[in-house]
Amino acid sequence: MNTPAIRLGDVCVRYRVPRERIGSLKEYAIRWVKRRVTYDDFEALRGVSLEIEPSETVGLIGRNGAGKSTLLKVVAKVIPPTSGRVQVAGTIAPLLELGLGLHGELTGRENVMLQGALLGFSRREMKQRLVRIIEWAELQDFVDAPIRTYSTGMMARLAFSVATDVDPDILLVDEALSVGDERFQQKCLDRMEAFRSAGKTVLFVSHALAQIRENCRRAIWIHEGRVVRDGDSASVTADYHEWSIAAEPASLPPPEKISALSP
Amino acid sequence: MSARAITPTEGVRVYDSARRGSRILEEARALWKYRFLVSELVIRDIKVRYKRSILGVFWTMLAPLLNMIALTLVFSALLKQQIRNYPVYFMTGSIFWTFFSQTTSSAASQTQDSNEIAKRIYIPRSVFVASAIGVGLVNLVLSIVPLILILGATGYPLYATWWFLPISVFILMLFSAGVGFLLFTLASRFTDIREMYLVFIQTWFFLTPIVYHPSIVPAKFRLALWLNPMFYLVQTFRRPIYDGVLPSPTLLAASVAIAVLVFATGWVYFSHRVDEFAFRT
Repeated sequence: MNTPAIRLGDVCVRYRVPRERIGSLKEYAIRWVKRRVTYDDFEALRGVSLEIEPSETVGLIGRNGAGKSTLLKVVAKVIPPTSGRVQVAGTIAPLLELGLGLHGELTGRENVMLQGALLGFSRREMKQRLVRIIEWAELQDFVDAPIRTYSTGMMARLAFSVATDVDPDILLVDEALSVGDERFQQKCLDRMEAFRSAGKTVLFVSHALAQIRENCRRAIWIHEGRVVRDGDSASVTADYHEWSIAAEPASLPPPEKISALSP
Repeated sequence: MSARAITPTEGVRVYDSARRGSRILEEARALWKYRFLVSELVIRDIKVRYKRSILGVFWTMLAPLLNMIALTLVFSALLKQQIRNYPVYFMTGSIFWTFFSQTTSSAASQTQDSNEIAKRIYIPRSVFVASAIGVGLVNLVLSIVPLILILGATGYPLYATWWFLPISVFILMLFSAGVGFLLFTLASRFTDIREMYLVFIQTWFFLTPIVYHPSIVPAKFRLALWLNPMFYLVQTFRRPIYDGVLPSPTLLAASVAIAVLVFATGWVYFSHRVDEFAFRT
């Protein structure tokens, strides 16, 4: 296969933020009459182009607010690009914000079904997967207890198990591994490794540079909505590390300069 | 970077933001694919509502019953209305109106409530309106039980024309979903839509012959009655149960036309605005 799994062509995402927050129709009407509805445009992504091959594992790095999560959301279809083109070939398993939509009053079993439904599975698929999901999460003894009685780690196991007990072509991981104890984190990494060796595409956001170096051959550094470095994970993370500890945030060099330095 | 386009290979699903086609169809397909989520959301709503409560699901049946008793006292004693078996008359109207007001106001508040999830993972947002309709449907079926109890208690006949009920419920569902989609979409721009709607629907309730008979409306206000879409829908709903006759062809045609038109408007408006949801609230 020589077509990429993910291809972004000059993707921009622009949020329109009303200058004064206008939340209600009444206010809107007043301002509209006065011709005073003004907006600020916030550009989360400013012309990102990249290609990711099937079976590549790519780490995304960058400061908070650089656009990493927006990039994952654009790939995951949560946000349509304002301009540019997003193409994704294959099914996606989003490991974004684990535990979203879990309901404390419902039992573990009920929550597994609900989580599966949120991820777009059918009833039949979920019935087949239920036992395996519970087993992997090691929650056999608690399936019928409401999950408000679960510990944070148990909930994380449940959510991770539902999200990864799939056969996706592409796995999107956003800081999902920051919860749970070491054993759980290891299990998660093992599962990602299994995905990788099965030839799946993995797009992985993390602030843990060591994790990126260990798991990804390629890393992409995003700064203010642009790709500033894209290449070998060892050198990209090294550059990023050097840059981020080098100076006070106020005196950071503009990204253009950094990209000029890159090969 | 070479611009290799992703060409669809067999068996691989391709998402291409530049080639999405008609939103109206795209959203409909997505809703169908996520139908299991709709049923899970309905189940969650009902389970959660009655967890840790003693009477549980009986609350849904008790509420219309208590309402009926209160209103029967008020309207038959105070207003001295000449309505044959007021409890049955009121309850059919009440079941009808409760469905409409619950589902539509729930759709209006779903915009905010669902955003927590829908801004983080991809979910077709129409599932939240659909699940509001689903919850309303479950409640409607449950409140048929006290209605039948009242029929029995007051010795009112169970007409053969009850078979028409699923059809009138379907018409009502279509209309409510249309209004629901309009409100759901508007609420993403204006957070006070829900509050405004709650005031509006209160007035609408009294403009619709639910607690009174349309014959008491004075001639000079008849026009207001005829312009009220709910007038036709409630008549369609009530006739088979209360009068024991099927709605006349003209009445039925009017109801179906209203419901289809409102549903189409709501769906088209929703699906054309669907890309904006991610950027609002």
